[in-house]
Amino acid sequence: MTTLGYTAPVQAAREGGGAGSPPPVYGGGGDGGRDDGGPNYGQRLRRARLGLVVALAPIFMFFVSIVSAYIVRQGLPTFDERTNTYVRDWIPVQLPVALLLLNTGLLLASSMTAELARRQITRQAALAPVRSIPGVSLGRESGFPWLGVTVVLGTGFLTGQWMAWRELADRGFYVATSASSSFVYLLTAAHGVHLAGGVLVLLYAVAVSLLHKPVEARRIVVDVTALYWHFMFLLWAGIFALLWFMR
Amino acid sequence: MATSAPVHAHAAPQGFIRRYVFSLDHKVIGLQYYFLALVAVFVGMFLSLLMRVHMIWPTAVLPLVGEIKPETYLSILTMHGTIMVFFVLTTAPQGGFGNYFLPIQIGAPDMAFPVLNMLSFWTTFVAFVVLICAFFVSGGAPLHGWTGYAPLSALTNSGPGEQLGADLWITSIAIFCIASLMGALNFITTTLDLRAKGMTMFRMPLTCWAWFITAILGLLAFGVLLSAGILLLLDRNLGTSFYVPLVVVNGQVMGHKGGSPLLWQHLFWFFGHPEVYIAILPGMGVASQLLSTFARKPIFGYKAMVYAIMAIGLLGFVVWGHHMFMSGMSPYSAFAFSIMTMCIGVPSAIKTFNWLGTLYKAKIRFHTPMLYAIGFVSLFVSGGLSGPFLAQPVLDIPLHDTAFVVGHFHLIMGVAAIFGMFAGTYYWFPKMFGRMMNETLGRIHFVITLIGTYAIFMPMHYLGMAGQPRRYSQFTELAYLHNLLPLNRFMTYAAIITIAAQFIFVINLFWSMFKGPKASDNPWESTTLEWTTATPPPHDNFGGHTPIVYHGPYEYSVPGAPKDYVMQTDPAQVASH
Repeated sequence: MTTLGYTAPVQAAREGGGAGSPPPVYGGGGDGGRDDGGPNYGQRLRRARLGLVVALAPIFMFFVSIVSAYIVRQGLPTFDERTNTYVRDWIPVQLPVALLLLNTGLLLASSMTAELARRQITRQAALAPVRSIPGVSLGRESGFPWLGVTVVLGTGFLTGQWMAWRELADRGFYVATSASSSFVYLLTAAHGVHLAGGVLVLLYAVAVSLLHKPVEARRIVVDVTALYWHFMFLLWAGIFALLWFMR
Repeated sequence: MATSAPVHAHAAPQGFIRRYVFSLDHKVIGLQYYFLALVAVFVGMFLSLLMRVHMIWPTAVLPLVGEIKPETYLSILTMHGTIMVFFVLTTAPQGGFGNYFLPIQIGAPDMAFPVLNMLSFWTTFVAFVVLICAFFVSGGAPLHGWTGYAPLSALTNSGPGEQLGADLWITSIAIFCIASLMGALNFITTTLDLRAKGMTMFRMPLTCWAWFITAILGLLAFGVLLSAGILLLLDRNLGTSFYVPLVVVNGQVMGHKGGSPLLWQHLFWFFGHPEVYIAILPGMGVASQLLSTFARKPIFGYKAMVYAIMAIGLLGFVVWGHHMFMSGMSPYSAFAFSIMTMCIGVPSAIKTFNWLGTLYKAKIRFHTPMLYAIGFVSLFVSGGLSGPFLAQPVLDIPLHDTAFVVGHFHLIMGVAAIFGMFAGTYYWFPKMFGRMMNETLGRIHFVITLIGTYAIFMPMHYLGMAGQPRRYSQFTELAYLHNLLPLNRFMTYAAIITIAAQFIFVINLFWSMFKGPKASDNPWESTTLEWTTATPPPHDNFGGHTPIVYHGPYEYSVPGAPKDYVMQTDPAQVASH
């Protein structure tokens, strides 16, 4: 039922909308932040973080589907043509545990250094406007290259994973040896590819810092990659736990 | 009147390459998706014509393919399905119209990540090229159907097309998955973060809701298909046994052992069923938008429509097993999947009821887009009603591998979604190209296409119940189907006429693009934001302004208003309906 007709134009956004909800306080994002003509880094950071969180969903689904295949395949009996019976053919893979633990330590350390790099650049970005005032000194800022350390540790992890593969091959576990070894190679390779993507982005961030781009723009890259990096660590911890406890 | 806030206008890039080829503008990218899908749909349609002709003249020598052998038929069938599902039904409604109109309808200057948007189109393009290459490699295109069931798809010696052709097919699908994931990421972030001031989620047009939910479905489904495809590639090329059990092909024991073909089916259909909704939800959005606009009435039950889209999306993820009743799956799981599938009937019925409620006692303007929107509802109902039949294992088992299923999914997923695209094309053409399409040609195209599609796909239900199998290249020799041959001939004639009628559409499209009468900014008297801007829209969509939104999207026939509609940006107060 209509209770109110069309009335004179008003300035304020009408409450109620098409379905009774009030207009948002935040304006839904929009482009209003560009009023000053300059890039709105806060808005871009928020957008990049949101994009990252959305992007983590399919990565998570990708690994969930492989893990569910792992669990299903592990429980399946195999037809044995010699005995004409169904047998369990899942051979537990002899993982190079010490090496993998060392790799896990490296990745955890790199996750921490990524976080330190993120906090460092956040501080730099926050202080950038103050620093630009002539005559203002904030004292010496720690310039420790956390970003570079993260890249080194991340590359170290990938190298360690490569060595773990060599170790597996030496123990006689190849990609097609058994379903269990196929999954070990698949999960570690898929994780490695995702982490290598993170390393490339960090290298880009390092390159950008050398090119003297605004610190706010660099901050967005470092911030989002650090969050991605933490996710990669958690993902690896989950994969390692699966491969170890469900071998 | 404060209907918009000024912002700095972006200048359009100069130069042909940056402007039309590697463009970052969502409107250009939308058109690129649209025309890619248009090329793909003609390839797919040509393949369907070959199949229909072969069905009634099995020994005929056909252009480009020669005489169709059983394996050729299966290749054509596979490529028809793959091209249509991925490069038409997924590409045009979401990538095409969604890309063009989602940012404008929510009042944004572009997508959230324009570079990613460009990459997602060009990745889709590469996927299409890789797929088409499968026709031209040794052994030809794969035989395993668009569903790629293992072990047929997982062995390289299981058929002539299963060599390099199948590898190209899987590679194409994997590339397509990555492209779709990039697209979905952009759609979701744009919808959540770039809405104009006043554009609450519940003031978004239903098209935007449909694109948003479709993007969420794509985001969760394509990652699973990607992993399934990678496992398949490993099985084929590295000798792993994810999907292949101990199997003997042509007297030769293959090296695989212990894999599960059922695993592929589970992973594939976990993607495959949401994919059905990825194809149809944007069509539902367009139908809702158009029914309200041309009935000059607010959409009946806006919030119910939104919740129904969400419910369909959610339920779409828990029903994949209904494609697998014949697979030897546990009957208990079949029961659960059956119940969940029938539950989808509830939100679908809510949507249909609301569409009819919108049309009830309306002064309908029967323009071509509206005809297609009504056609969409008709096809959705006709195709949807056989869904609850097939959802029951006891009925699905006899009907499963028959033409009944082909009729069902073509009506609801194929033609209904295509009608959504036609509706969208006729409706948004003035905004996209600044000119009107020809009404007479549009009406002729509609009448032939509607009658034609019913004539092709409705009899398939009877054929299926009479036991005509699907995927068979030849059944003219089967005695028990002799009586049905005239019906099959009728369907082929209908297909030829319907396909010929599509050239009316193409002629209308390209003729109107250059010679059609100039369109005003709002020729249909619609209320949503794309009709507030210039025709065609400027590079940053609103010419240096961002709109401020005051109303819901369907304020038609407002009592006391000077016109029978109130734009979303009109600051005047209107009554609640």
